[in-house]
Amino acid sequence: MILAKIGDPDATAIAFFVAFIVVALAITYWAARRTRTTEQFYAAGHTVSGFQNGLALAGDYMSAASFLGIAGLVALFGFDGLIYSIGFLVGWPIVLFLIAEPLRNLGKYTFADVVAYRLRQTPVRMAAAVGTLSVVVFYLIAQMVGAGTLIKLMFGLDYWVAVLIVGAVMMTLLLVGGMIATTWVQIVKAVLLLGGALVLAIWTLSKFNMNPLDLFANAADKNGDKVLGPGDKIVTGSADAVSLGLALMFGTAGLPHILMRFYTVPDAAAARSSVNWATLFIGFFYLLTFVLGFGAMTLVGQGPISEIDEAGNMAAPLLAQEVGGEPFLGFIAAVAFATILAVVAGLTLSGAAALSHDLWVNVVRHGEAPEHEQLRVARVATILMGAAAIALGIALEGQNVAYMVGLAFAIAASANFPALLMSITWRKFTTWGAVASIVVGAVTALVLIYISPTIQEDVLEKSDSLFPLKNPALVSMPLAFIVGIVVSLMTRDEVAEERFAEADRRMHLGIRTTPSPVEPPVAPRPAGR
Amino acid sequence: MSTADDVLGPDDQAGRRGGRRIETFEELAARRRRIALWLTAAMLVVYFTFILLIAFDKSLMARKLTDGLSLGILLGVIVVLATWVLTWIYVRWANRSYEPAARRLNEGVER
Repeated sequence: MILAKIGDPDATAIAFFVAFIVVALAITYWAARRTRTTEQFYAAGHTVSGFQNGLALAGDYMSAASFLGIAGLVALFGFDGLIYSIGFLVGWPIVLFLIAEPLRNLGKYTFADVVAYRLRQTPVRMAAAVGTLSVVVFYLIAQMVGAGTLIKLMFGLDYWVAVLIVGAVMMTLLLVGGMIATTWVQIVKAVLLLGGALVLAIWTLSKFNMNPLDLFANAADKNGDKVLGPGDKIVTGSADAVSLGLALMFGTAGLPHILMRFYTVPDAAAARSSVNWATLFIGFFYLLTFVLGFGAMTLVGQGPISEIDEAGNMAAPLLAQEVGGEPFLGFIAAVAFATILAVVAGLTLSGAAALSHDLWVNVVRHGEAPEHEQLRVARVATILMGAAAIALGIALEGQNVAYMVGLAFAIAASANFPALLMSITWRKFTTWGAVASIVVGAVTALVLIYISPTIQEDVLEKSDSLFPLKNPALVSMPLAFIVGIVVSLMTRDEVAEERFAEADRRMHLGIRTTPSPVEPPVAPRPAGR
Repeated sequence: MSTADDVLGPDDQAGRRGGRRIETFEELAARRRRIALWLTAAMLVVYFTFILLIAFDKSLMARKLTDGLSLGILLGVIVVLATWVLTWIYVRWANRSYEPAARRLNEGVER
């Protein structure tokens, strides 16, 4: 009966979808009048409050991977899925302790602003753009695949049509409303997602005396005690578990679209409070995924879940249908769509910023591009990123989304995080040390993913693979640190060393002595040196 | 090197102003680094205890404490709570101790 209904468009489902798209477009229209400068396009004019940004960070972060992917992994594999839930959360304190405040104080639009602050602009920004785009592309694939699968199942549309719809709404939102529209869509989405997941969890628990332990016990009765402990589906060996753990923990601190959100607040104190709120919201949400995953396993059953989507991505919507019927399924599906739209917008914007702010404005034009040109290039870059997202989403149908995001985290932890951390903490970090660290981190992660069981066995269906780990972070992240350190010790960068004291002061104390917290913009190192 | 230490003027030479020691920028920055490092280490220990138990002792993590609750699930919830506590500790410290000190240094630069 369940199977018959899904893919058969229901009036309430369509109403919820249309309602959300209308809200998103209304926000876009409202934001359009506030998006006249590059600063507004990329950083919402630095006017977002700490609490708002906390919600927006949560909205940017709790992706389809969290909602659809993790619920599916828990439903199919039990405890193993929770490894993702927990891992996605523990990166946030790291962002807070090590990255958020220096980032806000030193940068303007991208994390490359911070890495390049003391170093030579051209090579560092080119390398950082490679790091950013690698992460963004993998992350985007995951989101687009999630969106396509969801809409296809809900409305019976062709997969490619579904991906195209998401891409079109996202591009309209970005081109017209920029970061302001993105921020508010993320806030609306975070509230919808937290509320929707909470209602779904309570509804589920109401069938188990409101006691999560009754639910877990029931899941264990039906599927065996093994579902409550670690299995061998997601992490096959010990090294695999540690590697995935490293990627998830340090990946967050290297995600370009998350780092970019810290520029939307007025100062470091607001950046700090936004992480505090985000950690609270995200932690709460991941606790709910325990209930949603085991709930789907018990009430829907593993058979029907994998029958509809082999990767398990439809577990949460199916659970909604089981406990609340068609209208609630429609609501949860609309929430999942909102989720994907908000994340895709944030990702595309950060990719566009790497292309236009880092590559065009700072590398090609040496930081001298006039304002109207910057804004125009930003919009062209947005179109390019959006088109790439649509094409990749269509090409790579059928991947589990939590899994693809795990790989994006590995690249972020290897390419971006080491260089970012060393640039703000180590006086003797040099231009070539940064370039080598980013390039080696990104390339190692990408190559190891290609020769890993993930690609070789699961995608290319070969019998074995050169590299034993499913996630490359255990090798690629330490290697990025080592290469950064060794190359920095072998080269000298006197200007970078001289500027460390000034940068250190600025990252700790901010620039509150000037009237506006955003001016003067980052004074880049002169291009010639 | 022209930093706040010079700007603060003669009374800073003794390290005191109005009977109260003014923290130098270097001391404040070192204090922040120390706290950030300890809290990062604490988060690493909590999370990697969880991950290493999954990696090396799956049967211990699968042990049932009561009906429906394995050690793994309990530890998972504890990691989430630890994340909240550590974040809260840092933000509280930064708002109460770090911000005022940074403001004092910034005011020193302005004069």
